Amino acid sequence: MSIRDRLSGNEAVAYAMKQINPDVMGAFPITPSTEIPQYFAQYVANGEVDTEYVTVESEHSSMSTCIGASAAGARAVTATSSCGLALMWELLYVASSSRLPVTLALVCRALTGPININNDHSDAMGARDAGWIQIFAENNQEAYDNYIQAMPISENPDVRLPIMVCQDGFITSHAVENIELETDEMVKNFVGEYNPENYLLKHENPLAVGPYGVSPYYMEAKVAQVQAMKNAKKVILEVGKKFGDETGRYYGFFESYKLEDADSAVVIIGSSAGTARATVDKLRAEGRKVGMLKVRVFRPFPFEEIAEALSGVKAVAVMDKAESFSAAGGPLFAETRSALYDLENRPKAINYVYGLGGRDFRVEDCEYIFDQLDEIIATGKTGEVYRHIGQRG
Amino acid sequence: MSKTVEIRWHGRGGQGAKTACLLLADAAFSSGKYVQGFPEYGPERMGAPITAYNRISDERCTVHSNIYDPDFVVVVDETLIESVDVTKGLNPDGAIIINTSKSPDEVRPELGGYTGKVATIDAAKISEEILGKNFPNTPMLAAAVKVSGVVDADKFVQDMEASFKHKFATKPQVVAGNMTVLTRSMEEVQVG
Repeated sequence: MSIRDRLSGNEAVAYAMKQINPDVMGAFPITPSTEIPQYFAQYVANGEVDTEYVTVESEHSSMSTCIGASAAGARAVTATSSCGLALMWELLYVASSSRLPVTLALVCRALTGPININNDHSDAMGARDAGWIQIFAENNQEAYDNYIQAMPISENPDVRLPIMVCQDGFITSHAVENIELETDEMVKNFVGEYNPENYLLKHENPLAVGPYGVSPYYMEAKVAQVQAMKNAKKVILEVGKKFGDETGRYYGFFESYKLEDADSAVVIIGSSAGTARATVDKLRAEGRKVGMLKVRVFRPFPFEEIAEALSGVKAVAVMDKAESFSAAGGPLFAETRSALYDLENRPKAINYVYGLGGRDFRVEDCEYIFDQLDEIIATGKTGEVYRHIGQRG
Repeated sequence: MSKTVEIRWHGRGGQGAKTACLLLADAAFSSGKYVQGFPEYGPERMGAPITAYNRISDERCTVHSNIYDPDFVVVVDETLIESVDVTKGLNPDGAIIINTSKSPDEVRPELGGYTGKVATIDAAKISEEILGKNFPNTPMLAAAVKVSGVVDADKFVQDMEASFKHKFATKPQVVAGNMTVLTRSMEEVQVG
């Protein structure tokens, strides 16, 4: 039985953490971290959880704390944002290659230059090749639901990879909206206990974690990580279905919204998917065949499934809230267009980079993009593939 | 689809405009609505202009952009009228609610030809007389509820009492004062 409440995205994730009561939190509880360690610290202080709350001097150390704790067999969590994630960079790879199922709540914000604190996906997209599972939320509800599903995915013995549960900075993290919470009992049962088969302090089977990987072994470790990421696909779907069976809120790799008979579609991640959804509803009411594909899971990337979902569409705009400076398109575009390559009848694809550093993305912007797609369909000419929207001049 | 009521708040950092915005979201939530309450963040500092927003609806609103065509605008600091275009995009069938000692007729000429309702309330005076300090956010919240009608007024007063008791659990002596501020503000707001 769900509980009706209203919470910000940060409060929602902190609440899920409280319900889970993890063993260790590596916490850098000041800017550029999020409010999540701050809210969670109150639960610790009130005795509502018995988590070992380790305050550290930087994000490099908060991730190191999680790695140490996870290697010792504990369930370890942390939260960060923007340059905080950047400072964890080196350790992100240590966590994933050591196959430690650390859970990181990421509040996506721009990276500095120029200095900016607002939302985009530069931080998460920069870490996309670090070997972490990445799941994105459209709103506070999905941030909460994704967090509850994170550990059953990452701790699965066929996966054992760290997981980043991402939500949009400010737009989701600091906005109060309605939410359906689950009972403590439901969450505890769903997430379960973490009982790794091997860990650092298991005296029956002593283990080294993170040793030097000489050339004859390094590549095997990497291929094993790839296999784990492939295995994660099946587990993500199983966990999403089980979560849906218990709550009525089902999750897959992505959400297809009114795509069945759509001529044009946008592919988008995060809070702006809500704005795109409202745009689709508006244009559908005017009789236009438009749809949306909202990507939830970016790592592993669901190539075949996305290609299948877009196979009937004539033109697609892939929306990137991060620059990659390939000078040819953003990261979601690169993956999506690659996914479409294997289709017999590929839709025409364009890329829009939008919303950088908190630049607002409005229903009017999304409507303009659908107009552009209509023109591509009408003329058969794609024109400039790599575009930006929302900037001056 | 039901109409979503959109509200924009203008204040200065430290005055509690964001808190008032979130309290309005709370009040609307308690009356069974779907709500959004969110501030626009930038390089924050005391006294700098800040903006916050509410969407209130009978269905979940999925739009996650700022609000450009609000139904109501609340101005927590009247000096902002000189530097910020507070009526920009404001629905002429809506209203602007301003914290000022002036009457609606006196302040209207400063509002760039806005033709809708103008409501005024002397939040500083009410707050100072009852609480002994200038906390404009509770009077402005009360005035916003009264003028916009987004929440039933009686239900709002009941919910706020519970909310204040929770918020001020460690200093219950301030609950009565805040409730007096609330009810008096709802009575004294002038609409012209």
